[in-house]
Amino acid sequence: MSGAVASRRGGWRDSDLWYSFTHSPVAVGSAVLSLVFVLGAGLAPWIAPHDPFNIASLDLLDSFRHPFASWAFPLGTDEQGRDMLSAIMYGTRVSLLVGAASVAFAVIVGVAVGLIAGYAGGWVDGLLMRISDVQLTFPSILMALLVDGVVGALVPRDQHAAIQLYVIVFAIGISRWPQFARIVRGSTLVERGKDYVAAAQVIGIGRVRILISHILPNVLGPVLVIGTLTLGLAILDEATLSFLGVGLPPTQPSLGTLIRIGDDFLFSGQWWITVFPGLALMALVLAINLLGDWLRDALNPRLR
Amino acid sequence: MIVFVISRLLQAIPVLLAVGVVAFSMFTYVGDPVGAMLGQDYTEAQRDALVHKLGLDQPAWEQFLHYIWAALHGNFGYSYRVAEPVAHLFAVRLPATLELSFTASVLAVVVGIPLGVYAGIWRRSLLSRVFMVGSLIGVSLPTFLIGILLILVFSVELGWLPSFGRGHVVALGWWTTGFLTWSGLRSIILPAITLGLFQLTLIMRLVRAEMLEVLRTDYIKFARARGLRARSIHFGHALRNTLVPVITIIGLQLGGLIAYSVVTETVFQWPGMGLLFIQSVAAADIPVMAAYLLLVGVVFVVINLIVDLLYYAVDPRLRIGRGGRGR
Repeated sequence: MSGAVASRRGGWRDSDLWYSFTHSPVAVGSAVLSLVFVLGAGLAPWIAPHDPFNIASLDLLDSFRHPFASWAFPLGTDEQGRDMLSAIMYGTRVSLLVGAASVAFAVIVGVAVGLIAGYAGGWVDGLLMRISDVQLTFPSILMALLVDGVVGALVPRDQHAAIQLYVIVFAIGISRWPQFARIVRGSTLVERGKDYVAAAQVIGIGRVRILISHILPNVLGPVLVIGTLTLGLAILDEATLSFLGVGLPPTQPSLGTLIRIGDDFLFSGQWWITVFPGLALMALVLAINLLGDWLRDALNPRLR
Repeated sequence: MIVFVISRLLQAIPVLLAVGVVAFSMFTYVGDPVGAMLGQDYTEAQRDALVHKLGLDQPAWEQFLHYIWAALHGNFGYSYRVAEPVAHLFAVRLPATLELSFTASVLAVVVGIPLGVYAGIWRRSLLSRVFMVGSLIGVSLPTFLIGILLILVFSVELGWLPSFGRGHVVALGWWTTGFLTWSGLRSIILPAITLGLFQLTLIMRLVRAEMLEVLRTDYIKFARARGLRARSIHFGHALRNTLVPVITIIGLQLGGLIAYSVVTETVFQWPGMGLLFIQSVAAADIPVMAAYLLLVGVVFVVINLIVDLLYYAVDPRLRIGRGGRGR
């Protein structure tokens, strides 16, 4: 958005956002860390030292290797001889994918509800906002657990594994939409009163088109900020669900699943199976949160 | 005052009704309780008898009224998983969850507020910065990971504290308490820290931010000019005026406490409602889930009501509306 505007003036390097970014060591540091995670996860099939899902490549003689002992398995191995570093790279892939998909789902639902509520006003607004109020007081993880439980009861047990990924994305997304709806509604109320909307109405442009091509671009700034911060929360939600055993099946382990599996070996001394995925999860969420905090401050005109 | 309370209660009714409808729909339309309870071998007559016994042959609205009526009398039906009354399952596990949540919130308030006040007053000191960085890491750590790391350090490596269960409990009527035995007290330490840490960091950050705001105001400067002792200024004048948002957050976070007690109870195998709920979700045990939803809904409405009443007690400006003057 601001990048496109700046390019006409002489490149994104001149934009305020870029200036603020390069002058904040925390922002640069967390961006680099996030990038490392995204690259490590995205390129896992090509750069991971082992393929943790190829049973033929696993050797039980390699099981429970200590970390930092050999170059072949830098972070040690689990009970099946799986390389922890590779498992973490693949796990981050699943965590990021589920987190991003859930946030995308929450954004679509929340933005649509917010636009409709803000533009329509009246009882539609009242009803939609009451629903979001009720849902906001209800913790998202409980909401996600309930959705997961209900879907689990509706769908035959043998099909659970196949649809579990979508169920989790739906459960997390549906528990996180109200924040987006509220912020978009607020901005829409402001934008609706502006002259360009009146002009569009006067020349007879339809409501849907006004909402999507006129108002929507002007309310997306805060959505970006909340979206970044929600990504961190969604990744934690997914990890929590997977840890509780109602998340993704062990055939598709996310960081949360890896931590749960490792938890079983905590008392027999193999701490690294759970601690390293845990540290990866913490670093990933911390980087995303710091980036979101920075973005919130940088896009807030009052703080300039 | 009474008008205020009544209007709040009236506002809560639609919310409770909505929660009731969702709980009832789950209870009635999800899954096949009859098939699950009968098992493989049954006659048509047995089946009809069970359908009738469960009231599944009545019209939906009658079933709904029946469900709510029964729920008001503490009857939430039978668990599919263990074939026991849900109310009985809850009664057995309620003390464990309440004791854990109570200890965790006391910990969060008793530690969080002083840390926040300290970090607000001496905000450039090294210790304050350590608190702030620590709280940022605390927010990024999921609850279950905090629990696992605490178990790793204090149970596995050091062997100081137990890693699961409530220890020995003492029965006081139907209530069981772990507060009266040494092993019960030792058992609650790690779960309470795990559950309370997020609240603690949140309260600390909030108190700090509010203290920074309040300490800039004129009446604090005036109190300083009058030569009041620092202790009296900080705690008597400043902290008191930070309490409204702090009470809101503590109140709203009690809901979060319930949510994350599910996680904490799983990590520590704490025999409470949360563990029951997660076992029910895994087994698609709908009556327990529906009853839990109802119960949590009621708890939330009650918490919101208490928070509103506390506002009223803490902030005299809210009382001006009815003609009285603030102190």
